Amino acid sequence: MTTDHPRPPPRRSFFGAWGQRELKGLFWQVLVVGIAVAVIAFLWSNTVTNLSARRITTGFAFLGREAGMPIADSILSYSPKDTYFWAFVVGVANTLRVAVVGIVLATILGTLIGISRLSANWLLSRLAAVYVEVLRDIPLLLQLLFWYVLMQALPAARLAWRPIDGVFLSNRGLILPWIPIGAPLLWVLGTAALGLAAFYVIRRWQIAQQMQDGKPRKSWPIALGLIVVLPTLVSVLLGVSWSIAWPELRGFNFVGGLTLAPEYFALLIALVTYTSAFIAEIVRSGIQSVPRGQWDAANALGLRRSFMLRQIILPQALRVIVPPMTSQYLNLTKNSSLAVAIGYQDVVSVANTTLNQTGQAIEAIALIMAVFLTISLGISFFMNWYNARIALVER
Amino acid sequence: MTAITDIPEVPRAARRPQTGNPVLHWLRTNLFSSIPNAIISLVLLAVLAKGLFSFVQWGITNAVWLTPANDSSACRAVRGLGACWAIIPEKYRFILFGTYPFDEQWRPALSVLLFIALYYLSTRRAWWRRELIYFWIGALVLISVLMWGGVLGLSFVSQDRWGGLPVTLILATFGLAFGFPLGILVALGRRSKLPAIRSLCVLYVELIRGVPLVSLLFMASVMFPLFMPGGFNIDKLLRAQIAIILFAGAYLAEVVRGGLQAVPRGQYEAADALGLSYWRKNRLIILPQAIRHVIPPLVNTFIAFFKDTSLVLIIGIFDLLTTAKTAIIDPAWQQFSVEVYIFVAAIYFAFCFAMSRYSRSLEAHTVSR
Repeated sequence: MTTDHPRPPPRRSFFGAWGQRELKGLFWQVLVVGIAVAVIAFLWSNTVTNLSARRITTGFAFLGREAGMPIADSILSYSPKDTYFWAFVVGVANTLRVAVVGIVLATILGTLIGISRLSANWLLSRLAAVYVEVLRDIPLLLQLLFWYVLMQALPAARLAWRPIDGVFLSNRGLILPWIPIGAPLLWVLGTAALGLAAFYVIRRWQIAQQMQDGKPRKSWPIALGLIVVLPTLVSVLLGVSWSIAWPELRGFNFVGGLTLAPEYFALLIALVTYTSAFIAEIVRSGIQSVPRGQWDAANALGLRRSFMLRQIILPQALRVIVPPMTSQYLNLTKNSSLAVAIGYQDVVSVANTTLNQTGQAIEAIALIMAVFLTISLGISFFMNWYNARIALVER
Repeated sequence: MTAITDIPEVPRAARRPQTGNPVLHWLRTNLFSSIPNAIISLVLLAVLAKGLFSFVQWGITNAVWLTPANDSSACRAVRGLGACWAIIPEKYRFILFGTYPFDEQWRPALSVLLFIALYYLSTRRAWWRRELIYFWIGALVLISVLMWGGVLGLSFVSQDRWGGLPVTLILATFGLAFGFPLGILVALGRRSKLPAIRSLCVLYVELIRGVPLVSLLFMASVMFPLFMPGGFNIDKLLRAQIAIILFAGAYLAEVVRGGLQAVPRGQYEAADALGLSYWRKNRLIILPQAIRHVIPPLVNTFIAFFKDTSLVLIIGIFDLLTTAKTAIIDPAWQQFSVEVYIFVAAIYFAFCFAMSRYSRSLEAHTVSR
């Protein structure tokens, strides 16, 4: 009888017939998750023991206590008597202040340099290439320290360097003429913003109409009315004074104008120049990714240069440019935390001081992580929305 | 916008028959092809000439190259007018090797050379095979022996005396050596069909990538002692190294994941059809192809965290940048930090530039194939 079955019966799996694959998967998952949980539990129990041994309290109650740390440079009003919570808010405001301005300036500078790299002018494209190469290959922290040292080596306020009238550059930082922002001015700016939004809606409607009947419609009178005339009317009605506050030297310091502290200014320069080198490369490869046939076709249609760039080239280049740009913006924001090295009080620096004063390391670092994850998610969300808007519509 | 309008056009001069002086011809094509171009060229030339002139004046003509030991009076005499390069011969041993015992500094110097040899061999295409892994292990062990000593008649040097360039190279290279396998595992985990493993990997990558490295380093320097059982503590350098490995692992995982996505589905199916197990499939079929795809971005990631190792300055570890910053605390030389920063920047630049050129040549090679 056995000779009728020369082959041995198929070997039964260890796990039986109940789907070997599923069981194996379950086994691995239980193993890995088990290890992860065990490690975290081990670290957690150590931490609890260590904290009680060192008599460090836990929890976020410290946020309500008086911070007692000085923050020199801030756009919000702050005194050392305020709470830790407010100090954190001021730190976040400082981070955002440098990140937002930095992103805008780095985008402008990076785009200019990226375009310069493609220029037919040999000198311009070479110089842009050198700029990109040098800035990309030196650590940002080194560049930051370098700018900060240069900033400190500037002359004292009395001997300030004046590149143009009303602008002072000294070891107190950069001082610019500025229009003092008050409530009436905000009304005017708000009207202008509303006008811009209204113009955008009207213009879209006009284009939709043009799609229907093919008749072009003038847009500039509407733009003029909504964005220029209306805010001017509001300005006249409210009696806004558009007087510029010119900074002047009184004694040993400057009065009036807008002061960018040396720390802020050094951090801004370092972040903008460093990031712009990366953005330049992204812009360059984005423009180069548009096939030559697209340029030729647009030329053959006899389109105007500006129209061609705006309607044919840019929309295609942007599809390549936007995703890596998002990560550059995120990098710039995260890199702003290097501020702690030169004593600009951003959120990381404030958290670090808090940590040293209260010993509550876990809470301080949890706050840093929460702030940066929120900012990262915010930027990703916005850029994903923008990316989806400009993405190729495939049929 | 004048610049951009020039891109698509066939260069006008190409249509024109070439006559006359080739130099003039080159100038006309590349610098003076149109009136706006000529204006740009002239302005740039003027700015460049002025910049170069003042740099040569500061950096060469008026510079002080050598002074008697620990005497900066000659430098202070030309302060503001000329560079004080004399600070480099004065301080270079400290900047490069930190507080490593002076007579033993040939050991870190040899380690640096070993690192460079390691990088060089890793870039040779002929060396891209299994032996390279053994070579890496051998070189890293040899470097550890050289730096620590304690065997073979070398005196023991504890790692809180290490400093300068070797520390920067150690942080970056060990970060890569341990972060890369970690990154591969996480990348595989992130593409796994098992939901628990996948979400763990996603959580790890997104958490690490979402926060700045500075906060990870703070965590390593402040919170690590809290995590460990009482009495157990490890050295500051090792803690920073762990933070850098975790950081590198998350970024490398994303790069490797890109490579995994680029492997055609047929390769997976073919491996499954051969009845290979999960690990054999990945080790023999998928990973070799995936990693080949992503070598240029891997090099770029390496450049990025080679530069990022300088952040350990913030938690007080003596890497190249920290030794440079410490060297100029000396009151006699305090005013000449710019020169020291330029020197250190040149070292970083040399490493990063070489690597980025290499990455670009690889990219060109892949495209041309």
